[in-house]
Amino acid sequence: MKFSILVNEGPYTHQSSDSALQFARAVLDKGHEIYRVFFYHDGVNNGTRLTVPPVDDRNLQKRWSELAAAHALDLVVCIAAAQRRGVLDEGEAKRHGKGEGAANIAPGFRISGLGQLIEMGIQSDRLVVFGD
Amino acid sequence: MADVRRFLYINRKAPYGTIYALESLEVVLIGAAFEQDVSLAFLDDGVFQLAKGQDTSGIGMKGFSAIYRALGDYGVTKLYVETDSLATRGLTLDDLQAITFEDENDGYTEKPSIIPVNKAEMAKVMAEQDVVLSF
Repeated sequence: MKFSILVNEGPYTHQSSDSALQFARAVLDKGHEIYRVFFYHDGVNNGTRLTVPPVDDRNLQKRWSELAAAHALDLVVCIAAAQRRGVLDEGEAKRHGKGEGAANIAPGFRISGLGQLIEMGIQSDRLVVFGD
Repeated sequence: MADVRRFLYINRKAPYGTIYALESLEVVLIGAAFEQDVSLAFLDDGVFQLAKGQDTSGIGMKGFSAIYRALGDYGVTKLYVETDSLATRGLTLDDLQAITFEDENDGYTEKPSIIPVNKAEMAKVMAEQDVVLSF
């Protein structure tokens, strides 16, 4: 079956990201496909490389990046939600004059529009929402 | 597009306490371009999103309640409002702003977009969907 996942909450504050990650692993373990993972609302904060959680805690951004690398996942951060919350790639950082090195999008994530969310709803057998 | 799916956007939060209502609207407006079968549901504190007479000048935030009245122009014409949620909050349908659309299949007659439903009817609406996005 073809799944897509929507993550609507930020890391650590809310279980949404942890649950989505575990669900994604289970989906892949069972031999299903993940079409896309879309990060919206505070969920975009899962995609910043600048988080530094304590060493004895899990690093959610790293877990997502590693899962994406291992399974060629498409991790998409909503551009409008990301701009509000200061998550930028090179192009966006430059476009908004935020200076050299301001880009903070984490490896394996890409920034794109809300159309990607609608499209994954159309293309997937199941869209599973993790949020409040 | 051959593959038309039934999308339901569920709105459960008050409009300005959190960003969910505004960002849900942003998805609805973008999604309208995909020409899917779109419905919106308002329940719990989400019914406050449709309350009339909203004025955000005192809280320094941009008001967006007028956007709901423009949804008809985007082909979004089914706004299900759960009446138990209204009653629990001391609201009636008269406390909601009038939202209408022009029915292109009926000589562009102006018709109400708000569809009052009870809990059982709302459950039925949800069960009929292909994609449910809850905000």
